[in-house]
Amino acid sequence: MRITQGTFSYLPDFTEEQIKAQVRYCFDNGWAFSIEHTDDPHPRNSYWEMWGLPMFDLQDLHQAMERLEECRKAFPQHYIKLNGYDRTKGRQTTMLSFIVQRPEDEPGFILDRTEAQDRRIQYTIRSRSRSAN
Amino acid sequence: MAGSNNSGKKKSRWAAGITPYAEMGYYEADYEPKATDILCAFRLVPQAGVDPIEAAAAVAGESSTATWTVVWTDRLTPYEHYQAKCYRVDPVPGTDQYIAYIAYDIDLFEEGSIANLTSSIIGNVFGFKALKSLRLEDMRIPPHYAKTFQGPAHGIVMEREYLNKFGRPLLGATVKPKLGLSARNYGRVVYEALRGGLDFTKDDENINSQPFMRWRDRFLFCMEAVNRATASTGEIKGHYLNVTAGTMEEMYERADFAKDLGTVIVMIDLTIGYTAIQSMAKWARRNGVILHLHRAGHGTYTRQKTHGVNFRVIAKWMRLAGVDHIHAGTVVGKLEGDPNAIRGYYSTLRSNKIDADLSQGLYFEQDWASLPAVMPVASGGIHAGQMHQLLHLLGEDVVLQFGGGTIGHPDGIAQGATANRVATEVMIQARNEGRDFLNEGPEILNKAARWSPELRKALDIWKDVTYDFESTDVPDAVGTVTVA
Repeated sequence: MRITQGTFSYLPDFTEEQIKAQVRYCFDNGWAFSIEHTDDPHPRNSYWEMWGLPMFDLQDLHQAMERLEECRKAFPQHYIKLNGYDRTKGRQTTMLSFIVQRPEDEPGFILDRTEAQDRRIQYTIRSRSRSAN
Repeated sequence: MAGSNNSGKKKSRWAAGITPYAEMGYYEADYEPKATDILCAFRLVPQAGVDPIEAAAAVAGESSTATWTVVWTDRLTPYEHYQAKCYRVDPVPGTDQYIAYIAYDIDLFEEGSIANLTSSIIGNVFGFKALKSLRLEDMRIPPHYAKTFQGPAHGIVMEREYLNKFGRPLLGATVKPKLGLSARNYGRVVYEALRGGLDFTKDDENINSQPFMRWRDRFLFCMEAVNRATASTGEIKGHYLNVTAGTMEEMYERADFAKDLGTVIVMIDLTIGYTAIQSMAKWARRNGVILHLHRAGHGTYTRQKTHGVNFRVIAKWMRLAGVDHIHAGTVVGKLEGDPNAIRGYYSTLRSNKIDADLSQGLYFEQDWASLPAVMPVASGGIHAGQMHQLLHLLGEDVVLQFGGGTIGHPDGIAQGATANRVATEVMIQARNEGRDFLNEGPEILNKAARWSPELRKALDIWKDVTYDFESTDVPDAVGTVTVA
C-alpha cells in the first residue's frame, strides 16, 4: 500500500527539482524547515524522529538538500518528510508537510476489531512496521 | 436636523404620550462609540413620510430600552447609559435604503449568551410598522464581549494538528442521495469516498434518524467505514455524524455514542438554535470532538438584500458560539454567493483582526482577540475542474466538499475522490512553485490528467458545469453621505 499522509501523496514522487521548489516556498514564507523520519507512519504517530533541529535560519537550498541527503543515507528504508513551520502569532504550527522518501515495500496497517456489547466495535489500528511491534 | 417636530418647539422629554425616538436620546449625531460598545449597521427602508433619522432612532430605541410611549419609570434608571444610540445615517445612493449605525453599551448584554444578544438586537424591531424593511448588515463585537464566549471548540490550527493534515484544503463529500439509503449502503459510500482520498464525508442536514435509517445504525456502519479507510490509507479520516435531534437530551445521547465509537467529528444544524449550539460547542471542547455546523435554514433570512440578517453576522455569532466548521459559500457553486461578500465572510471566520472594508460588506473593524478561527466549508455544486478558481477565491484553510463531484464520477466513488485529491494537490504544488495557477489552472489540471485517469474522467464529464447567475446580495461599496 501507499500511505497518503502529507500534502502531496497523491502525486507521483517528486523529483529533486520539485522538492527544491517546495523548500524554496518555505524559505520565501519565512518558515523554519525541518526533516523527520520514521519506520512507523501510524496515522496517530505525531512524533517522527527529528533529523536535527528545525533549521530556523537556513536560507540555502543547497544545504537543505544536503541535510536531506544525509538523512536518506542514514535511513534508506524509512519514511522521510519535510516540514515548513510558521511561528507567527495565531498560526504557530506546521504549514506544509510532505513525504519525500518511502520504503520500497510499504507494510501498511492492521485493523483490529474488538466486539463489545450492543453491536459496538472498538477499533485499533496497528502498524505492520518493525519498530512498532 | 430631520426627525424633530413640525411645530418647531420641542416638548419635554418626559411629557406623557408619544415623543419622537430621535428626541428621546436614541439619536446622537456627535456620539463617539466607545471601544467596549457593540456596534450595528442596519439597512432600513422607512415607510413613506417617515424621516430616516427617526426610523433609525426607532430601531435603536426598540432594540434597547424604549417602548411605544414615554414611561416615567425610565427616570428610575441612568437611562442615558442604557439607551442605544444611532450616531450616523447614510443613504444608499440610487435606492430608498439607508444604513443606520447604532451603538449599544456592553452592559445591555448578558455575558456569553447569543440568545440574549440576539433577543436584544433582532428581537422586536423587524416587525416595526414604521419601517418598510430592515436588515442587520454587520455587527462589531468588542474583545471585551467576545472574551465572555468560549469560541470554537478547537479552531483551524488545532484541527489540522489533530488530523495531521497541512498545507492544502481539506476535502469532503456529502453522502448522496441525501435520503433513502439504508445504514449499510450509506456506510459503503463513506468507505469508498474516504479510501479514494477524501478527508471527510458528511451527513446531510436532514439526515437525523428517519424510518429508513436510524441514527445508531448509521453511526455504527459509518465508523466501520472510517476505520477501514484510515487503515487502508494510513491517514486520519472522519465522517460528520449529524447529532441534530428534537431535544438536547437526545443530542447528547447521540454525541456521546459517536464519541465512544471514536469519531473525530460530529455535526449539528443551525436549526437547533443558538443555545443548543453553544451547549454542543461546550460538549465538543470537553470531549475533544470537532464540531461541524450546517447552516440549514439561513437562506430564509440572509439572502434578500432588504430583509433579515446578513450571513456575516451569523458567521460572527457562530464564531462566538464555538463551532469549528461552518458552511460559508463557494462563489462558483450552485448556491448564492457574491465573490466579494464571500471573501468578507471567510476573513470574518478565519482572521484574528479584520479592517472595515465596504467592498466586502465589512462595515466595522473586528478584533477577535485570539478567539480561535472557524474553518469555512465550501459545499454545493463544485467539482475538480474548478480547483484553480476555488484555491484562488477561498485559499487553503477551507473544507472543499464535492458531493455530486465525488459520488457522480462515472468510474466509482473512490475514483471521484481520487480525482478531487489529485486536482487539489497538483494545484497546491503549482501555487507553491510560484506559477500563475489561476490562469494556468486548466492546463495544470489537464497535464495531471495525463497520468490520472480518475481526474481525466472528472474533467471530461463536468467540464461545462457552471452556475452563472447574478447574486441577489452584493455589497454596495458606496461612499458615505450623511443625512443629517
